[in-house]
Amino acid sequence: MEIPYAVKPRPDTGLYNAKVGIWLFLASEVMLFGALFCSYILLRVNAPEGMWPHHWLNIWLGMTNTIVLIFSSVTVVLGWASLKMGQFKKYKFYQAITMICAVAFLCIKSYEYHDKFIHYQINLKDGGIVDGHLVKSETTKDVVVVEGRRIKDIKELYNPPLDHEGEIIKIPRADIKIDPATREPMMENYGPWHNTYTGIYFTLTGLHALHVIAGCIVIFFIWGPLAKVWEKDPERYINRVEVSGLFWHFVDLVWIFLFPVLYLL
Amino acid sequence: MQPTTHASHHEEPGFWQKYIFSTDHKVIGIQYGITGLMFLFLGLCLMSVMRWQLAYPGKGVPFIGPILSHLLGESMVSKSGVISPDLYNSFGAMHGTIMVFLAIVPLAFGAFGNFVTPLQIGAPDMTFPRVNMVSYLFYFLGGVLMLCSFFIPGGAAKSGWTSYSPLATIADLNLRPNGQTFWIIGMVFLISSSLLGAVNFITTIIQLRAKGLTWMRMPFFVWAQLVTAFLLLLAFPPLEAAAVLQLMDNLLRTSFFLPTGLVVSGQVLHISGGGSPLLWQHLFWFLAHPEVYVLILPGMGIVTEILANNTRKPIWGYRSMVYSILTIGFLSFIVWAHHMYLTGMGTRIATFFQTTTMMISIPSVIILTALFISLWGASIRINTPMLFALGFLPMFGIGGLTGLPLGFNASDIHLHDTYYVIAHFHYIVAPGTIFALFAGIYYWYPKATGRIMNETWGKIHFTLSFIFMNLIFMPMFIQGMSGMSRRMYDGGANYAAAPGVPGLSPDIIHLNVGISHAVWLLGLSQIPFIINFFWSINWGRKVENDNPWDSTTLEWQAPTPPPHGNFDKPIEVFRGPYEYSVPGHSRDFTPQNEPEKQAPVTHGNPVRS
Amino acid sequence: MNWMLFIVSFLLVIPATWYVVHGITPANMPADASGQGHGVDELIIYVHVLMGILFVGWIGYFFYVVMRYHKSRNPKADYVGATGHASTYVEGVVALCEFVLLVGFAYPVWSRAVDKFPNEKESTVIKVIGQQFQWHGWYPGPHGKFCTNDEKFITGDNPFGLDKTDPNYKENYFITTDFEVPVNKSVIAYISSMDVIHCFTVKPMRVTQDAIPGMVFPAHFKPVKEGTYWINCAQLCGMGHYTMRGSLKVVSQPEYDKWVADKSKAGASSASYE
Ligand code: HEA
Ligand code: HEA
Ligand code: CUA
Ligand SMILES: [Cu+2]
Repeated sequence: MEIPYAVKPRPDTGLYNAKVGIWLFLASEVMLFGALFCSYILLRVNAPEGMWPHHWLNIWLGMTNTIVLIFSSVTVVLGWASLKMGQFKKYKFYQAITMICAVAFLCIKSYEYHDKFIHYQINLKDGGIVDGHLVKSETTKDVVVVEGRRIKDIKELYNPPLDHEGEIIKIPRADIKIDPATREPMMENYGPWHNTYTGIYFTLTGLHALHVIAGCIVIFFIWGPLAKVWEKDPERYINRVEVSGLFWHFVDLVWIFLFPVLYLL
Repeated sequence: MQPTTHASHHEEPGFWQKYIFSTDHKVIGIQYGITGLMFLFLGLCLMSVMRWQLAYPGKGVPFIGPILSHLLGESMVSKSGVISPDLYNSFGAMHGTIMVFLAIVPLAFGAFGNFVTPLQIGAPDMTFPRVNMVSYLFYFLGGVLMLCSFFIPGGAAKSGWTSYSPLATIADLNLRPNGQTFWIIGMVFLISSSLLGAVNFITTIIQLRAKGLTWMRMPFFVWAQLVTAFLLLLAFPPLEAAAVLQLMDNLLRTSFFLPTGLVVSGQVLHISGGGSPLLWQHLFWFLAHPEVYVLILPGMGIVTEILANNTRKPIWGYRSMVYSILTIGFLSFIVWAHHMYLTGMGTRIATFFQTTTMMISIPSVIILTALFISLWGASIRINTPMLFALGFLPMFGIGGLTGLPLGFNASDIHLHDTYYVIAHFHYIVAPGTIFALFAGIYYWYPKATGRIMNETWGKIHFTLSFIFMNLIFMPMFIQGMSGMSRRMYDGGANYAAAPGVPGLSPDIIHLNVGISHAVWLLGLSQIPFIINFFWSINWGRKVENDNPWDSTTLEWQAPTPPPHGNFDKPIEVFRGPYEYSVPGHSRDFTPQNEPEKQAPVTHGNPVRS
Repeated sequence: MNWMLFIVSFLLVIPATWYVVHGITPANMPADASGQGHGVDELIIYVHVLMGILFVGWIGYFFYVVMRYHKSRNPKADYVGATGHASTYVEGVVALCEFVLLVGFAYPVWSRAVDKFPNEKESTVIKVIGQQFQWHGWYPGPHGKFCTNDEKFITGDNPFGLDKTDPNYKENYFITTDFEVPVNKSVIAYISSMDVIHCFTVKPMRVTQDAIPGMVFPAHFKPVKEGTYWINCAQLCGMGHYTMRGSLKVVSQPEYDKWVADKSKAGASSASYE
């Protein structure tokens, strides 16, 4: 006995199996990201006055990525629609764009990550703080060179001016404060460990990036290796495209929440 | 999530295809079953070792002790076989984790859900057979990871199954990855497995119900599985989120759950700080309360089937039970903080949560009452499944009732984290759920193998298990009431009253000895079952037809054992699930798929006013 | 045969029943030595009465039906089964009782425990800090003022982050494990932890509060009987959890004042964290 309603919708529910499945799956995804968003809120509320970072991320890059993803969502729909009209070539074309967008998104994201990993906060013996991007080429074993700014009060760290021209700062390693606990110089980059904000930022975006990759792979498989199903069983093929599309919309939606939460607020 | 149909079910599949990477729900169900039973047994073994330490603190564990000391090294177990506090904590945490996530859920949901549900709704298989296979593999991998963690430096996770941060993060601080890392990653696998399973179950029940099998004609077992699946689907993701965050804390030195200024053994912890330990507890319990209903609802389902079948009459108040179980499902999402009453909760929040906690006890009362009333006017057949099913009722009753004093936060002030809590939930999961599982095994075994397990040995198994379960857990109420905390390496000896200094009275502590002996005897009492289980596969009494228990539900209308695709002819349903002793009908049972003309249709079950 | 065996095995529920009645009864609670804790005891007693009634009632019914309706007695089952609303009433009563217990006891007892704090002036105020694996007490000394403390002062040898320049610091003093408080005077304890979550519990005082790092929660209780009581840590806090026992000595006011005097002379220098 074949499994019924694998392709044709069941009369009383009006849905085919995979569609029910994907909606349920998305429900659980909502709970997953929902929980993370709640964690974000709680951490932010717990943060001491004025100690929650603002403008640590480049809004323009974030904006670009948002547009890229929204655009890809459109092409997914167009691709699916053109399949419905039996125009396989068009579908191929649109989904190609979708995947290009996905890759573009990931590239921009990884650039942003890299930017955080070379971004250092250096505490000096005199109590001042230098905050900026490491200039690898000129940094030697006794001088650290960064492009950034000097600040007195830690609070300034959390609300940097929106557009600041970084100056080149040379710091003799001898001037860097030593952490009494670890006996290490207090020079730490903006990785997840830097504070709860970077922590939740990397977790949320990282998890989202994984979803982008997964979605892209699925779309690619249906687009390439599984394309022959189109001849054999077009209806099933369209279903698959639809299901993968639904997932893609969700990934997109998550980003539409992430962007304001992490970049703007 | 692609729609998949089994490609190769025409030609006979090879061994791997058939038993290891099978996509047949029945085989997968049995895989879950065997693996789950193994873990259940392991959970018992861990506890048996712990119970020695509790009964005879500081004395070497005979026989096993030295072996453990070989396996785990002398830092964990001394040459003479005395287990270390760390190992006690590891075993405790792993006993909980294994029992909950690797034994009971896989058995109740994975095994019975997989094997029985599609048959009971007249479906050829699960909607996504391959996804089904994957979810078993994930479960298996998760289990393997958990097992490996015993043998890595530092040993397995040792912060309780609740893994509260900061403890979970600072335990084995200088070892990365450590037992906790394994625990988290293992959990992520188990969670993914359950999520895939849940999606599959719900889709199957919504989409593949046989013609005529309306919602109110579904066996209660299927309802139980449906609600369970929803609980897993929506409650597990937050734990997955929590697990990811704790993994970051564990590996990447973030501090989601670590506040500023932690001083561990005279050293300021080198972390950014700013996190919240309570965040973990909220995320954890948001899962873990629904989770405990995941542990019981399938059990209720199994018991209901068996009661109906052996009382030879319809379940009384079937509808009220359905509504109750839906209510439980919904409410179980808003009671989680009753595990956190003493974390400094304000009046308003406490009031909310103890009110919801009391509300959720009502539907449980309704379900149990309905089951009790179903016995009225019955013609009770006593066989092994029925014995276990009947045993379940008072045991769940005791466990459930003792949830009430915990549910009032004022009385929880005294009972929180004492052995009273331990006794409370063990009454529900051990003599409750485990009995339901045993009942289910004895009941559906004939459908799976075509043979019936030995009745006499079954009854002996029941009698002994029943006695020892009660001897184990009842004294724990006494210990809890007198203020003995749980997770005590020395069984509370350190709190013993000294002359002039009040404390735990020695005979309260002495109860540990009796309890421990009961645990070991309980273990021995399982031997009849284990032998019976394997012996009957080949030598058990053959069933004379497909429906040895004269049951009404669909799984008994399929050939025995059901072939791939389950039913040889498409099947249609005409009536409710428990049409036993229908007046004016020759036989005392009327299968759901028996066409109209042969028997008067009665609409579902007597609706309860 | 079958059914003999069944009865035999089920008669075993009777010792179990005895167990329950004995086992879960509040009779086993350590005697209440506090002025505020009786509410807890009352609630526990009333809930258990309710549970006892339900349990015994249902067990009785259970035995009756299982014997009365065994197929040897009742070969033909009755399709309709029980009629009437008895069960609905039972459920209604259970719900009602729970409601009464909530409104009548649980709510007020809890709000007394967490909202209605005694006036600090009339009570003994101490700070309790949990550490793996002992309890630290921080006493203000005769003048009753605590010195300020802050995260930024925290170091390995100043885990409470005390501001040692604060004048009050001199009279403050610290004890480990052995607490002392005067009788018949409410005690307000500010409870926190420096490493992991502990749980400060004095069963005879009917007081329990988790000690959570990074947070401070007050708890209050009123000792009314002199004597020594045991403090236990109810929350798993690591390998030494089971050893984390403290003692609470309740003494007469004069005796207490003397103790305070000596201690604060020794002064903060006597602070011991390890
Ligand atoms: C399957 C598991 C399961 C189930 C069903 C329940 C059911 C309930 N639980 Fe339990 N609970 C756990 C598993 C479970 N629990 C676990 C594992 C823990 C500990 C976690 C940890 O800390 O490690 C726990 C802890 C726990 C706590 C926290 C205690 C503490 O840490 O301080 C609380 C507090 O409110 C609570 C309450 C309840 C309540 C009110 C119910 C209610 O739903 C109960 C409703 C049922 C009834 C009211 C019975 C009705 C029956 C009759 C009326 C008939 C009686 C007939 C006879 C006796 C013959 N539970
Ligand atoms: C579903 C959950 C579950 C189950 C079933 C059990 C079952 C048992 N538990 Fe457990 N327990 C927990 C969940 C569970 N437990 C949890 C969550 C904790 C808290 C952990 C923590 O502190 O963090 C706990 C803690 C806990 C403690 C307290 C430890 C402490 O606080 O220091 C104790 C003490 O006695 C205990 C005992 C037992 C016993 C004797 C059983 C017995 O009932 C075991 C019965 C098992 C069997 C009878 C085996 C049957 C199997 C077979 C016969 C195999 C057959 C095999 C084949 C056929 C192949 N458990
Ligand atoms: Cu401190 Cu347990
Ligand atoms: Cu709960």
